[in-house]
Amino acid sequence: MQNDTYIYLENGFSTNGKSVGAEISECVVGEIVFNTSMTGYQEIFSDPSYCGQIIVMTYPLIGNYGFNLQDFESSKFTPKAVIISELCDFPSHHESLGRLDEVLKRFNIPAIADVDTRQLTRLIRDNGSMKVVLGHKQTKEKLSQLMANDLPTDQVSRESVKKAIHIAGKNEKIVVMDFGHKQHIVQALVNRGCDVHIVPYNYTLEQILVLKPQGVVLSNGPGDPGSLPQVLPVIKSLCEAIPLFGICMGHQLLALSLGAKTIKLLFGHRGANHTIKDLKTNKIFITSQNHSYAVVPESLEGTGLTISQINLNDGTVGGLRHENRPVFSIQYHPEASPGPMDSAFLFDDFLKLIENEKNA
Amino acid sequence: MPKIQAIKKILVLGSGPIVIGQGAEFDYSGTQALHSLKEEGIEIVLVNSNPATIMTDQESADHVYIEPLTIEFIERIIALEKPDALLPNLGGQTALNLAIDLFEAGILKQYGVTLLGCTPETIKQAEDRDLFRKLMQELSEPVAEGLIITRLEEALAFATRVSYPVIVRPSYTLGGSGGGIASNHDELVDIVNLGLETSPIHQCLVETSISGHKEIEYEVIRDSRDNCIIICNMENIDPVGVHTGDSIVIAPSQTLTDRDHQMLRTSALKIIRALKIEGGCNIQFALDPVSNRYNVIEVNPRISRSSALASKATGFPIAKITAKLALGLTLDEIKNPITQTTYAGFEPALDYVVIKIPRFPFDKFPNISNKLSTQMKATGEVMALGRNFESALQKAIRSLEMHLHDLEHPDLPLLHDDELFEKLKSQDHERLWVIAEMIRRQIPLNDIHAICKVDFFFLKKFQKIISFELFAKKNGFSLNDLKNAKKIGFSDQSLSKWWKMDSLEILKIRIQENILPVYKMVDTCAAEFKSETPYYYSTYGNEDELLPSSRKKVMVLGSGPIRIGQGIEFDYSTVHSVSTIRQEGYEAIVINNNPSTVSTDFNICDRLYFEPLTVEDIYHIYLKEKPEGIIVTVGGQTALNLALSLEKLGIKLLGTPASSIVCSENRQYFEAFLKGLHLSRPEGRLVTRKEEIFPAAEELGFPLMVRPSFVLGGRGMEIVSSERELKDYLSKSILCSIEQPLLLDRYIFGTELEVDAITDGVDVLIPGIMEHIEKAGVHSGDSISAYPPQTISKEISSEIVRMTTIICQSLGIKGLVNLQFVIADEKVYIIEVNPRSSRTVPFLSKITQTPMVKIATLLQLGKTLKELGYSSGILPLTKSVAVKMPVFSFNKLSDLDVVLGPEMKSTGEVMGRENNYLSALEKTFLAAKVTFPVKRAVLVSIANKDNPEALLLMHKLLNQGFSFIATEGTFNFLKENKFPVMLVPKLNSQSSQIMDMIKSGEVQLIILTLTKGSVEEMELLKMIKRIALSKGVMCMTSLDTAAALLNILEQNQKKKQNLSILPLHKWD
Repeated sequence: MQNDTYIYLENGFSTNGKSVGAEISECVVGEIVFNTSMTGYQEIFSDPSYCGQIIVMTYPLIGNYGFNLQDFESSKFTPKAVIISELCDFPSHHESLGRLDEVLKRFNIPAIADVDTRQLTRLIRDNGSMKVVLGHKQTKEKLSQLMANDLPTDQVSRESVKKAIHIAGKNEKIVVMDFGHKQHIVQALVNRGCDVHIVPYNYTLEQILVLKPQGVVLSNGPGDPGSLPQVLPVIKSLCEAIPLFGICMGHQLLALSLGAKTIKLLFGHRGANHTIKDLKTNKIFITSQNHSYAVVPESLEGTGLTISQINLNDGTVGGLRHENRPVFSIQYHPEASPGPMDSAFLFDDFLKLIENEKNA
Repeated sequence: MPKIQAIKKILVLGSGPIVIGQGAEFDYSGTQALHSLKEEGIEIVLVNSNPATIMTDQESADHVYIEPLTIEFIERIIALEKPDALLPNLGGQTALNLAIDLFEAGILKQYGVTLLGCTPETIKQAEDRDLFRKLMQELSEPVAEGLIITRLEEALAFATRVSYPVIVRPSYTLGGSGGGIASNHDELVDIVNLGLETSPIHQCLVETSISGHKEIEYEVIRDSRDNCIIICNMENIDPVGVHTGDSIVIAPSQTLTDRDHQMLRTSALKIIRALKIEGGCNIQFALDPVSNRYNVIEVNPRISRSSALASKATGFPIAKITAKLALGLTLDEIKNPITQTTYAGFEPALDYVVIKIPRFPFDKFPNISNKLSTQMKATGEVMALGRNFESALQKAIRSLEMHLHDLEHPDLPLLHDDELFEKLKSQDHERLWVIAEMIRRQIPLNDIHAICKVDFFFLKKFQKIISFELFAKKNGFSLNDLKNAKKIGFSDQSLSKWWKMDSLEILKIRIQENILPVYKMVDTCAAEFKSETPYYYSTYGNEDELLPSSRKKVMVLGSGPIRIGQGIEFDYSTVHSVSTIRQEGYEAIVINNNPSTVSTDFNICDRLYFEPLTVEDIYHIYLKEKPEGIIVTVGGQTALNLALSLEKLGIKLLGTPASSIVCSENRQYFEAFLKGLHLSRPEGRLVTRKEEIFPAAEELGFPLMVRPSFVLGGRGMEIVSSERELKDYLSKSILCSIEQPLLLDRYIFGTELEVDAITDGVDVLIPGIMEHIEKAGVHSGDSISAYPPQTISKEISSEIVRMTTIICQSLGIKGLVNLQFVIADEKVYIIEVNPRSSRTVPFLSKITQTPMVKIATLLQLGKTLKELGYSSGILPLTKSVAVKMPVFSFNKLSDLDVVLGPEMKSTGEVMGRENNYLSALEKTFLAAKVTFPVKRAVLVSIANKDNPEALLLMHKLLNQGFSFIATEGTFNFLKENKFPVMLVPKLNSQSSQIMDMIKSGEVQLIILTLTKGSVEEMELLKMIKRIALSKGVMCMTSLDTAAALLNILEQNQKKKQNLSILPLHKWD
């Protein structure tokens, strides 16, 4: 196989590799980001939050254990494309159903291998996430045109469920507002016996309240939280009525709904080794993260939200807690998948909050 | 959390001499931790008996004690220094056990010393098999079904119940000592008996075998606020059943899904929390390859070999951080020393593959079992990094220095398929190459996997390497293939074999076509954050991250893996050379591949290249860095052997030129050279053809020392005293089968002396002369050595100085040189000249308080001795007398004969200093953990030729009140000389009485010089030696060693000596 597939970055850099996933007929345009997880490629590729993005995996050997049924975070692979150093063509694991490239092809995800992914990572680190075009040698000619187009902002509407889904359980009734949720958020609730309704992101307040939820989870999702102004009043009202737990984009939307602002980070946080420090207990734990945006700390004044946790390394907001409502949110992924399960206790915290509210 | 304020002075225990299972890694970790404590303003007291360590340098701690690591000495040091706390988790099992002993003896309490990092309960919970299992059950963490036993019957009953195979793990032993896998009743009896003997508390765990499962390790650290992180996980390519120290290990894990990994990670955090360790620990798991079930195998509640490996693999300095954690600092307060911008509280992300391969001593000991099991046998290890598996593996293979460049092993094509299967079954140290050969023969991977249980992921990777090899052999050279070959790590050496080209020609083509590696940084974070770490590895990729500075640079070659004959001493020299280069304003560049060493700590140099020490790999770096020159004289024979090839490529050797090195190493040149100077050496011949051997032997006369040329550490060396013995030697020595010239030397029976000198080519500085207690014939590395010499005359001493001076001047040496002499009939013969640093340099540097490597390096950089304030000649004697004693790892290599000879066997050494020789000797014996016999019974078995010399010794023993037990020949000899003596019966039912006497401790001293005799005799001696070894009974195989011991006993009988304790800075 030839290294005849090209990667063109917005800043003018280009490199090439070989196509190992779905065929690129014309070209693919997206936002290039990198993820530093050493395991969990299947969960990452099936995470709806990557919609519209092209992921560079920093770990060089991808596909070693093939793919299996348990590790899908959604029913398909989401990214526009993936860029890796080496794709394993002989996976080995007792759960494996086949090779990773088979799934990539099946979900029509282009993948480029044989790339110096560390070089790309360093470029993204220094210049920030940016537009990238994947194509062929001749793609270069239309590059300026391709780069001029804005990237789509409708990822949430694409990734959110179209119809509500109900998973019956005998414990707390929870509504998950779906902005492109990861399967394991729901799984974490189901494992705790919750009765879960997954509802489309554009459900109205009434549609939600009619389900009589005892708690609402705002899920993760792709793209810019600022592109969803229509959901903010709903969340604000929910916040006043029901215990609420925001995860990742859900966390950002909660902050926005109460009047705070979000900002796009240079290259975001994507990986399974991000340290969060809890400001109350002063303890740290390792979390799984995947986000481009963060809540602006200064904008929290008057929102009723206070910073409960920070990212140890860059001090960005890691978690928020409402001063007088049973409402909290976190920028990272307590459901892990992939990543450490250190913060799984937050689901229990949420259920305790609901319990307290019930008793109050 | 603020630091524990009350702690201002800390006692740190080192790990003592290097033995298998406790190696150089503890000098690396210890040195790093000492530095880290110093940063926090702590006053440090260090005790370690091993002089060949950086940690025992004056600069490493405030009070350095090179004293025996025994409870008596430590107590005295505690009483004198009054430390606030003891940090026990840096000195391996030795320090941990000592800490427990000090605690249990009430000494810590008595002197108000706090134990840092862990509690005695923690240590016991982790180390005691029974308590550990109970803890795991409380935590609902799975462990293999097992039973703690103290009697053989219990083990047998258990095995019958659960069925064989079962694993036996003795409690409180190091490196799996005394343990093993038993597949039947007889094996179990043997292993349990040995295991119970080896365990200090006479306890073993017998458990169902989970061999064949994946072995996965986690390096975990925890702080006082209960924050826990893992530094990395590692997957053993060898499944459970091979000790992890003997396994090929890859980091991070390759065949685990994220779910598998998180399951084990969560378990690891749970365990370290339950043990309440404040610091690091290593947790091993067995993961079922066909389900999600796992078992916890064991926990090491301390810094370990694996944590050293994990530190080098990730760049995260575990010992440095854990030392701070022990002071009460927390992970969110400590900066990540790699990035300088982030905190220590995170988990490293790797963007490369790391492979560790152990280095075994079987090349030196071809007659001992090379079967791998739960008892560790490797003496050292190499590590390699690559952006893919194939390149990391092949780099690691090259680094081993086993004359292998790839997956081809020259001996294996000679074996039949069924022999290969047998060899694979026996799970020996060549299994990687056996698998490769089987793949080459197209034996189905399923068949291979069925035996070795190596995951298919790895087997397929090997297959990929082999297919390229076969392709290259078939198709010959092409530029495109060359490019592809380099990407997956093939060396020019390998390609030159297959393409029938000269490797230099390939190099030339590559330079023309710019097929050269780029260098990537090890930064703990997969490039997510900017870092300034000067730690690099090569890969054939796009981007070179290396930005060579415009400063003047000097490159230093390290010594590669620790092996018998080339130990930690060379790392000591490397580190000193590097720090001198930096002090002189040059940029110091280190190339080395041993993860357990101080020299591969990127903090000690300006640039560290973790690369194989081969001409190709070094030359690539040279091309990038363009240093002023290279130092090849501190990295042992490894570096020295490269001198000529590097010089030929235009690299400037600093100091001694290649021509001088060749002259000293090449027999013919060397002989001619000595002849020119009218200096004597034992007469010898270099024989290149078989038919020349016997005529040459006859001409020289027996006894003769025979050995293959160009070997290190006396490999394959033997003394033969007749034609028949020579014939035997030729037939059995594996090394003779390789086409190598053979060396025959007249064997001179005399006193051996050793000198390390430093010269600028004009002046020759001799810090001191050392005398070996054992006469020539015992390898210098295995001899007890004393400074200053105790038995030689002034004239001899002057003659040695004269000879040393003239040799150095005439040979054109510049820097360090080691010379060995033998004296017979007041005549001095030169035996060998090694134009490099040596095993004795740290010892001599310390006792004479002369920074030998520093001076030598300055000379290599162009200074003269005069400029440095030194002149020619020997330095005045110090008041102190010091003794260096070898330490062996016989209990790990249980089938290695304990009898000393010209072939080196020791793995480490200890040092003792006193004001007089006998006290120094006694202290050194104590440091080497020799127990002086209290009961006065001695078992003797003396070779006939030694009888005359032995007689005096026997009389001394008699005067000391010893009773004698002797094997037949010696029995008769002693009878003739009117000694009361008891006979050791031939190997039959009656001999068990004697064995029982050793077992019960009645016989506490064995003197044994008989090495050749009837089969029955040898069997009997073998049994005596084995029992002595397992019971720790001193077995002296040289009359000189025995005489030394006896002198101490005599002295102590007259008046018990008071041994001193004195910190290094007070030595004079």
